[in-house]
Amino acid sequence: MIFGMFKRRSTAPVARERLQVLLAHERALLGRSDLLGTLREEILAVIARHVHIDPDKVRVEAGRKDTVSTLKVDIELPSEGLTMAA
Amino acid sequence: MGTVIVVTSGKGGVGKTTSTAALGAALAAGGDSVAVIDFDVGLRNLDLVMGAERRVVFDFINVVQGQAKLAQAMIRDKRLPNLFLLPASQTRDKDALTEDGVRRVIDALRASFDWVICDSPAGIERGAILAMRHADAAIIVTNPEVSSVRDSDRIIGMLDSRTIKAEGGVAIPKHVLVTRFDADRASRGDMLAIDDILEILCLPLLGIIPESQEVLKASNLGAPVTLANPASAPARAYADAVQRLKGDSVAMTIPSDKKSLFSGLFRRAA
Repeated sequence: MIFGMFKRRSTAPVARERLQVLLAHERALLGRSDLLGTLREEILAVIARHVHIDPDKVRVEAGRKDTVSTLKVDIELPSEGLTMAA
Repeated sequence: MGTVIVVTSGKGGVGKTTSTAALGAALAAGGDSVAVIDFDVGLRNLDLVMGAERRVVFDFINVVQGQAKLAQAMIRDKRLPNLFLLPASQTRDKDALTEDGVRRVIDALRASFDWVICDSPAGIERGAILAMRHADAAIIVTNPEVSSVRDSDRIIGMLDSRTIKAEGGVAIPKHVLVTRFDADRASRGDMLAIDDILEILCLPLLGIIPESQEVLKASNLGAPVTLANPASAPARAYADAVQRLKGDSVAMTIPSDKKSLFSGLFRRAA
């Protein structure tokens, strides 16, 4: 403990590095734009061309684990949803 | 036509309201006409920081809903006749602000003031988006601390996508205002340095407001720090920021309250 006091590392470089790593991830996923909103709209448009779906039943979520980023798209289809749209 | 500026941050408690009051008062002290708007519906505080809390009769929501005229709700500052406040409502829900109502108010203020400064609520939800919606420029208030920098990054992303100008394909100028900065702690390596913050956020610097007891003293008195004690370090830092906002180039310094007698005399003579 006493040795720790003498060779105390400054903390700001740690903060800087943590922020750089974190923000690189968050910018890629959330983007400096509304990436999730855009994805949701475009995925919805593609599916709606073929299947009747309720726009409120489409969920797009981004997640992050230690080494991978995930994108979860959850679309609820009505029972008759798989009949082709006109 | 005036310039509409949003003062925003994502994170709460970093100094948006203090900065809105200080910058607004400094601009008005320089002779420009200024309207400051409190967008924090339900948690209004700009009136308190500016010492106008007992003069609120009508508010932003009353104007938006047609219960009062804009001129009835605007409160003229007692110290500066060209500084006006549009208070938020303390009792209403934030959903009472409508997109169309906000647009009408901002359009009217833009037509008659040099500067319209929108004090954003914390968060990234509807209130914050309404506050930034009509901005011609943004001031992102950031503390030299990880959670504040992260939230600033998030709000910068929204400024690039959710403002009317951004939707029209025009990027608005964005400036970082670092508040509560302690030069001693930064030089010891225990506080993020200004260069670290700017490199991470990739934005130009509007000013560095040093941590100072003068900020609390000013809010105790209900006066923007730039009026309560214009010679204090934070007031001088805000005054420099205002010059940069107006397009003048001012050397970036970190004013200090710990000045010697000689530097004090020199400053007054200069």
